[in-house]
Amino acid sequence: MTNSIIHIFLAILMPPLLIGVIGKTKALFAGRTGAPFLQPYYDIIRLLHKGSVFSSTTTWIFRAGPIVALASTSIAALLIPFGAHPSPISFQGDMILYAYLFALGRFFTMAAALDTGSSFEGMGSAREAAYSCLAEPTLFFALITLSRLSGSYSLSPMLINISFGIWLNAGAALLMLVGGMFIVLLAENCRIPFDDPNTHLELTMIHEVMVLDHSGPALGIIHYAASLKLFVLGAFFVHIALPYATGNPYLDWGLFIISMLELAVVIGVVESVMARLRLIRVPQLLVAATILAAFSTLLVIR
Amino acid sequence: MADDFSPSTLIFAATLLASLSGTPMLLCRLLPPSRAQLLSTVLMLSASITGLSGALLALISGKTEHFQLPLSLPFGSGEVGVDPITAWFLLPVFLITGSAALYGRAYWNADKFPETVCKITFFFGLMSGFMSAVTLARDGITFLFFWEIMALAAYFLVATEDKKPEVNSAATLYMITTHIGTLALFALFPLLALAAGSWLFPDAGSLDATSTLATSLFFVSLFGFGMKAGIMPLHIWLPSAHANAPSHISAVMSGVMLKVGVYGIVRTLSFFHGFPLWWGIILLLAGAVSALAAVLFAIAQHDLKRLLAYHSIENIGIIFMGLGVALIGCSTSSPAIVMLGTAGALLHILNHATFKALLFMGAGSVVHATGTRRIDLMGGAARFLPYTALFFGVGAVAICGLPPLNGFVSELMIYIGLFRGIQGSGVAAAADALAIPALALVGGLAVACFVKVYGIVFLGTARSEEHTAHHEAGWQMLLPMGLLAAICFIIGSAPALLGDMLQRASSEVFPSALESGIRLVSLVPLPTLSFVAAALMLMIILLALWYRRTTLKSSRSDSVTWGCGYRRPTARMQYTASSFAEILTGLFAFLLKPEISKPDIAKGMFPPSADFHNHAPEVVLELIYTPLLERLYQRFLPIRRLQNGILQQYVLYILITLVLLFMSDYL
Repeated sequence: MTNSIIHIFLAILMPPLLIGVIGKTKALFAGRTGAPFLQPYYDIIRLLHKGSVFSSTTTWIFRAGPIVALASTSIAALLIPFGAHPSPISFQGDMILYAYLFALGRFFTMAAALDTGSSFEGMGSAREAAYSCLAEPTLFFALITLSRLSGSYSLSPMLINISFGIWLNAGAALLMLVGGMFIVLLAENCRIPFDDPNTHLELTMIHEVMVLDHSGPALGIIHYAASLKLFVLGAFFVHIALPYATGNPYLDWGLFIISMLELAVVIGVVESVMARLRLIRVPQLLVAATILAAFSTLLVIR
Repeated sequence: MADDFSPSTLIFAATLLASLSGTPMLLCRLLPPSRAQLLSTVLMLSASITGLSGALLALISGKTEHFQLPLSLPFGSGEVGVDPITAWFLLPVFLITGSAALYGRAYWNADKFPETVCKITFFFGLMSGFMSAVTLARDGITFLFFWEIMALAAYFLVATEDKKPEVNSAATLYMITTHIGTLALFALFPLLALAAGSWLFPDAGSLDATSTLATSLFFVSLFGFGMKAGIMPLHIWLPSAHANAPSHISAVMSGVMLKVGVYGIVRTLSFFHGFPLWWGIILLLAGAVSALAAVLFAIAQHDLKRLLAYHSIENIGIIFMGLGVALIGCSTSSPAIVMLGTAGALLHILNHATFKALLFMGAGSVVHATGTRRIDLMGGAARFLPYTALFFGVGAVAICGLPPLNGFVSELMIYIGLFRGIQGSGVAAAADALAIPALALVGGLAVACFVKVYGIVFLGTARSEEHTAHHEAGWQMLLPMGLLAAICFIIGSAPALLGDMLQRASSEVFPSALESGIRLVSLVPLPTLSFVAAALMLMIILLALWYRRTTLKSSRSDSVTWGCGYRRPTARMQYTASSFAEILTGLFAFLLKPEISKPDIAKGMFPPSADFHNHAPEVVLELIYTPLLERLYQRFLPIRRLQNGILQQYVLYILITLVLLFMSDYL
């Protein structure tokens, strides 16, 4: 019970911090001081108090987009184990629900973008639709590998099962999985090299261009949901890449927080040293991720 | 209620009532057409309610009954019966035909279409009744009789507007393919009689699947029933027929008639035991190929109903994947996988019937309001058709298999079956492992496709003056859609309601593999799914209320969509269906072979007006079958002299054949 409360507490409070850490890392690389770690919290709270501007072409779908995206991501946050602790909700087949909840959020985000009738938002929506379905098989190959390694059909046993022992036995498979899943993590969360959240040219963006017309509280929800998505997908990745566990519940929570921050630093480093890919190259990289994940499946199933 | 009351009585009464529901239309002398249509609709609705309650009672009781038909045919007497498999397939049959009948009264009203209303209502009743009858038949001859009547009635329904050339060619294509399918069934039942020793259907699990005869039975039934179900590459009739039939007819054909084809395969599979592994792998492969290819073709379509038709092929593929999983489970003797695969496939049959019929009805309502089927001419329909937009939205989310709607539950069962399969070893595990990402990709592409449809048709602003939607559909069209949307929601959020019925129907399909009495509920946590669905809905509602309060408190203003510096965005600047799908059709151009005519705009100092045009052909039909058949035709032209249109000569042929057959006895 305590663990469930800590789980929910972390899922609610910690996500924007990751964005803050990424920003700080990038600032350090660029030789700037950068915004404080808590800046994303201030931004979200400020947006929640602002007024809204609605385009007169929009309908209720436009308002539903951010809400459904946040609701589905937050249910997904309850399905994923954090560190060595099982998730609050766990049942056979919850990995499928986990993947499909993101699809539900995406459906409404993309529909909300098309609701504005703007060509730019249509463009973002089309890109998101195309690239996200290419990312889907990678996640499922990863789930197959994990399910086979642990012999279970639920996220918590699947992910908690991974330890240094498993790494010694199936290191090659897990290494390829780390590669594939990191690419998907960046793509799904619209980070460089797939998308640049900070760019000011709509023609080059994917996620940001879909939410051009959202303002005020809706934009706040979108920013928060995006950070939560990074957190939830990051928690999945951290299980595979950094499977530390001590056995002491409190130490394990601390370890989880540290690993998530490490992940944010790594993303920040990647964003600092890489440029955004040309859009034509995006599908190729996503297919490469799928192939990596497929190889890892092949290694464990053969 | 008497003790000997059986739900079969209700089912037979409903079947008869449905078949005869069109007869009032034939009495044009006595009744004005609008009265006759009302009477037909009432008959069809009562048939639907009677049939549904009969099917539900039969599923709850789980009884199996057989009745002799007093026919004096050279093949012995006919038999009909009701068992849980039949009862399960009757659920979509009666649910969808009843809804479509009510919808059809407004959509194809006697006052607006006085010429065709008699035909469409009469054959609609006939097709509905005989779809039910096909699932009741228990011997080969009766089955073929009922099957032909159903298939022919469907021909007349597709050909409702036979004055239009494209409708006529779609109907002719349907006629040709359905008869090729029937030809395979003419081979199937004698082979089955050979294997079983009688024209009556053998008992479930009584035939050995490893024999050569069983192999040929498998392929012949896959071809004959697959033609009707629309599995790739036998799907060629489906897109044009569904696009050109009136929308409520497309709803019934896509929602139910394809399932009668699936019923044939399920029934055939149920006769066997001891399946070889490759049967399952073939079904899984056929399903995965159909699902993937069809969803890609769907993305490239510009015609709303054609697009939905391709999605039917996709969903039939998913159903086949479920059956394939079950068969693989049978041959690796793991009852859990058999149960999950079968229950997933059966539930997906009901689910697809619900949301596809809903989507076709929604499409019909849009076509009714805009006067076109071309997606690129629509836009902003949600403003004028708020209820249609809501119901269509429910259908769109459901068909993508997203929680908390019904498509998710059946796909989840198939997924868990596959995940259990990968724990095994060898070819079975590898096949299961490859099917999972395929199914995931299908899901992702379906989301892309339905965001496109929903976004372009209902959202944004109208793209052409002429085709702007103005009037919402009447209650007779909205009520069936609302009912189906509610069912999508109920099955999605409380799947445990159907758990026992699914269990019974699945155990009937593979009795030998499932005799250990494994419980479906122990394999899929149906109550937990309800809990998660409730949590998701609660979360959405709370957030929506909070958002509403916040926006009401703070200032809000209305403005035009931000146009990147342009003062006024026009409707023509919006993304269209073609531009939305461009990335994906480009990536999969090797399969889709899109025809694109793109003028060189930047030529010269004063570029002339330019025209962009793209089209995704039906690759299998136009690039494979037609050229092949054309060459066959040229090659066999001399033989055509036998077919000269003189009736007397045909009678002579029959005589010669008979004489030869008699002689062959003495040789």
